[in-house]
Amino acid sequence: MDRRDFLQLAAVGGGAVFASALPGCSLPASGSRAAEDEDFYFVQLSDTHWGYQGPANPDAAVTLRKAVASVNALTTPPEFIVFTGDLTHTTDDATERRRRLAEFKAIVADLQVKQVRFMPGEHDASLDRGEAFKEFFGDTHYAFEHKGVHFIALDNVSDPGAKIGDEQLAWLSAQLARVDKAAPIVVLTHRPLFDLAPKWDWATRDGARALDLLMPYQNVTVFYGHIHQEHHHQTGHIAHHSAKSLIFALPAPGSQPTRTPLPWDPGMPYKGLGFREVEAEDAGKTYKVTEWPVVRA
Amino acid sequence: MSVLMRRRLLLRAAWAGAGAALAGAGLAQDEVQPRVIELLAKRFTYVPSEIALKAGERVVIAIKAVDFAHGMNIPDLGKRLDLVPGRVIELELQPAAAGTIEFMCDNFCGDGHEEMQGRFVVTA
Repeated sequence: MDRRDFLQLAAVGGGAVFASALPGCSLPASGSRAAEDEDFYFVQLSDTHWGYQGPANPDAAVTLRKAVASVNALTTPPEFIVFTGDLTHTTDDATERRRRLAEFKAIVADLQVKQVRFMPGEHDASLDRGEAFKEFFGDTHYAFEHKGVHFIALDNVSDPGAKIGDEQLAWLSAQLARVDKAAPIVVLTHRPLFDLAPKWDWATRDGARALDLLMPYQNVTVFYGHIHQEHHHQTGHIAHHSAKSLIFALPAPGSQPTRTPLPWDPGMPYKGLGFREVEAEDAGKTYKVTEWPVVRA
Repeated sequence: MSVLMRRRLLLRAAWAGAGAALAGAGLAQDEVQPRVIELLAKRFTYVPSEIALKAGERVVIAIKAVDFAHGMNIPDLGKRLDLVPGRVIELELQPAAAGTIEFMCDNFCGDGHEEMQGRFVVTA
């Protein structure tokens, strides 16, 4: 039984709460042996908000640790893990911010995986323009390759105005100039690059400029966080997939007057929270997303 | 022409270009001085958070940030402002019809930023 067969069985037998072929994530009609050899998967975790204390998650002190245990229990370890921002909950106190970042880093050090990559959210970086984040995790934007897929991590939070900025956009343009138009590209970011819900500040002020740069490329997929729920959207041929949070869930975009957290359900702890597997197929041109709860049965 | 008058004229021109819900804002050469409404932006609220307006009335919102470079985003009008602490930013409005126009801070200002919002309530 290969990993794909196992996942399909797991989806039927329990554990996996969602497995789908999504727009931009569809299974290939057929795949060559070479393409299958290049298949891989990574795990996306997001919006852990370490340091949060409030009624939306009375179990906040242990939720992240339970998620780490669940990731470590995956049958096949992911090739890498990405955290798409809001690692910590914001604080005005610079010392406290660093304490939270240090505690978060210590907890996720237990992840049994070769590579973990980190991105900031506005809670980590907007009040000091990423200064503390960089001390712990390095650059706030970067690029890397994995099995022929070009990953680009964009920072749309270090500027408190939710801008990527001219300098980083020029860097993005230079990165893309080195890539074939048909190459698989995955963009990782915190805020949505498109105007999902401007009234809730669920947007990137100059996100359209980044999308304009990406549009000429045929195989682009964006994974992001920020909105504390699974959401799927297309801008042209570019697919955007947001991840669940690991602290509290937020309402569907525009579904109520304010974006207040959904209340904690004592009967169903961690409802609406979780992490996801992202499986690259067709040489990284399509992606299959499987959602997992914080605690796996 | 005073600096203040010049700024007001510039703002009028900018708003005329903004279009929706600002029917002919400031383009008429009327002599009636607009009502001035003060608005404070401070973590994590606007004071007042609700401002009553009348459709067709020309007003100037005089906005002052007191503790942070807050933003003021008004998606319904396709307009946003950066509020520099210590400076009064003037926003001229002439709502065309009754309704509610929401605004919110769009510069992340801390724990409570998500709740920093207000609205203009326009009556006929």
